[in-house]
Amino acid sequence: MEQIRLHKGLDILVKGEAKKVVCKTLVPKVVAVRPSDFKNVVPKLLVREGDTVKAGQPVFGDKARPQITFASPVSGTVKAVVRGEKRKLLAVEIASDGKNESVQFEPVSTSAGKDEIAAKLLASGLWASIIQRPYGIIANPADTPKAIVISAFNSAPLAADISLTVKDEVENIQAAVDALAKFTSGKVYVNISAGDENSPLANLKGVVITKFKGPHPAGNVGIQIAHLCPIGKGDVVWTVKPQDLVVIGRLLKKGVYDPSRIVAVAGSRVKNPAYVKCVPGASVKELTDGFDIKAQKEIYDQECGVRYISGNILSGENVGENGYLGYYDDTLSIITEGNYRELFGWAKIIRSKKFSLSKSYFSWLMPKKKYNVDTNLNGGVRPFVVTGLYEKVLPMDIYPVYLLKAIITEDIEKMEQLGIYEVVGEDLALCEYVCPSKVNVQEIIEQGISLMLKEMA
Amino acid sequence: MANGILKLIDKMKPTFSKGGKFGWLGSTFEAFETFAAVPATVTKGRTQVRDCVDLKRVMIAVIVALLPPFLFGMWNTGEQHSLAFGLEWGFWMKVWFGFYKILPLILVSYIVGLGIEFAVAQVRGHEVNEGFLVSGFTIPMIMPIDVPLWILALATAFAVVFGKEIFGGTGMNIWNPALLARAFVFFAYPSMITGDSIWIEGMTNHADALVDGFSGATPLALAADGMQAPSFLQMFIGNIPGSIGETSTIAILLGAIVLIWTGVASWKIIVSCVAGAAFVGLLANGLAEPGTYAAYPWYNHLVMGGFAFGAVYMATDPVSSSQTEVGKWIYGFLIGALCVVLRLFNGGYREGMMLAILFMNTMAPLIDWCVLRPSIRRREKRAVAAKK
Repeated sequence: MEQIRLHKGLDILVKGEAKKVVCKTLVPKVVAVRPSDFKNVVPKLLVREGDTVKAGQPVFGDKARPQITFASPVSGTVKAVVRGEKRKLLAVEIASDGKNESVQFEPVSTSAGKDEIAAKLLASGLWASIIQRPYGIIANPADTPKAIVISAFNSAPLAADISLTVKDEVENIQAAVDALAKFTSGKVYVNISAGDENSPLANLKGVVITKFKGPHPAGNVGIQIAHLCPIGKGDVVWTVKPQDLVVIGRLLKKGVYDPSRIVAVAGSRVKNPAYVKCVPGASVKELTDGFDIKAQKEIYDQECGVRYISGNILSGENVGENGYLGYYDDTLSIITEGNYRELFGWAKIIRSKKFSLSKSYFSWLMPKKKYNVDTNLNGGVRPFVVTGLYEKVLPMDIYPVYLLKAIITEDIEKMEQLGIYEVVGEDLALCEYVCPSKVNVQEIIEQGISLMLKEMA
Repeated sequence: MANGILKLIDKMKPTFSKGGKFGWLGSTFEAFETFAAVPATVTKGRTQVRDCVDLKRVMIAVIVALLPPFLFGMWNTGEQHSLAFGLEWGFWMKVWFGFYKILPLILVSYIVGLGIEFAVAQVRGHEVNEGFLVSGFTIPMIMPIDVPLWILALATAFAVVFGKEIFGGTGMNIWNPALLARAFVFFAYPSMITGDSIWIEGMTNHADALVDGFSGATPLALAADGMQAPSFLQMFIGNIPGSIGETSTIAILLGAIVLIWTGVASWKIIVSCVAGAAFVGLLANGLAEPGTYAAYPWYNHLVMGGFAFGAVYMATDPVSSSQTEVGKWIYGFLIGALCVVLRLFNGGYREGMMLAILFMNTMAPLIDWCVLRPSIRRREKRAVAAKK
């Protein structure tokens, strides 16, 4: 088993990691399927309010690629079609009937060809689980990827422990991996953390297992691709998250659409962080029911709100307390909204409540200390000044600032030269975290990707 | 007390906001507001949490690093003055004298520079950037103590307007603004920044009161003219004539430790700069005939004139220096090398560091372009492989 050692990166130690037990199974009352979970998708609604749906039944499709659809995770009735400005579709809310009845699909035999498998995944909406690089959009069924890469561990702070969330699902994952392997001309890579030899995915067959050692973002699939099979112009690599492999496996083996998964509810504002069994699209309200959200007045005596993040604190989405868990997310992070002011914060010699990579503060004196993080920007937005800092947290052959500048100036040729095909926002999340100029790195990267999609279409 | 200040800010805020009586001073008020307290802004992007370091912290780290040479410069101003005029002053008298003489320079530099920065930020509706906190402190430190205040004001204005604002402000400039201020004085008022009398307070105007035989020449000028320069140790300690902040290598080294430890300045640039100077110096020593300036021991160049100050505080300015890690090695080496070349072969002006750094500031993007090429070529090769 090969081991790849990454030296660059940063582990931010955060209080509120989920205790490794599944504390409840959520039978949701309402779930939502949201187009914004899916990058570059313009939704075309396929159901109306009041329709009854089954789990696995498409609720909307992609206008540009109608064969790609997005399914309801539960059975029930369409409660509301939520629209925003200019009638933009924001969410399809489904009231669950609690029966979890699935559309019945034919199980797929292990000898099935890739066309049959693709048809099944497309019909059930599970094709959306297959993400391609470049761009991090839903894969094109007509492509032959040069490899399929699966990251079997999360390295981001507070993120769910995949070894726990899929530990009883190895057979389903094996079935999914076997099926997906038929699509690629190359290999299927499964990457495990070097610290986690007992990963349930370490014994998968027919795949190349690689150990990754090092700080975050070692668990990001984009970083792993850069070290295993870097993407050139014209290359396509597919990625699937382990919890989605489980769902694909269940569909192929039993013919049912069962998207239930184990999700971490974590963060410094949760008194008893732990894991919950639920479905994607579950509401934050129901997910956090039973958890104790701490009232917090500890930060400089100012009352602070709570931020609910679907995903991890470095690349998740702020969904709010009325929001829903994203399709691809296995973590709900609950941290303090940092809308407080800190008198002479930047001028304090020691700022013990906050972590900084910068040695001008003194958190390096306590390398094991865990922090209560919050969402304060900790400064004002400025142009790029400090150099060499992004590179310290990005284990890729990329000059991030030059790439960002190429994107800002919309120079397509330079963007290609500097590696736009190899990144998505989350890979540079730490660059955004450490930036003293408070540049919105991920947003710029995603703008670049949108521009590429538009120009290359 | 803490809440009192916050409340006061809240009370004043409407007056300075749009529509308020002093709404036209919005950016200025905001600058002071964010100076007093880290604002309550929260993250909007995907990265939900941020490191607590900001540009204010980075800049304050540089100011702290500038303190040792600044404090030494204060003492040395008094020391040189008392030597020149034969005064028997104690330590604190020298420090007081230096403080009294340097304070106007600092005030002029900050008032002129920040005045322009605030005005520009106000006109553009931007936030005020912190960059000038450092530039405004360094400009007096690289001037001779006798520089007339009006020249300092002009130079500062030139540096801020033509060195920074026309490019778009902090982070966008090509040259180091502080060095540009000095270059301005050098080219516009050459007599004010060369010669032997300007380095010691009062010498220009009171030459008659000098101690007999006192020249006031800097070691750089003495060595170049083949005269006896101070010893290496004396130049290392820094009780010699020179610009206010540049004389003491030992104080500068203290600052370098702060800069490198906090990661604000690149140690690669500092080390390679010394290596570049040593390389050319050794080469000249090896080839030169004994007795000529070229044969002057190479290590003295590291402690004379503005070399150390330039290498630690000027060459490492992240905005105007090379931005790639490999580029930093090349950039620093060439600054060091060029500085000694200029010192040895440019008879008209004995200090090479300023011009070396400004020239390499200009060349830095080219260096970075060359450094980026291999990465781009690796990528192109992959694209070709993908096509096959």
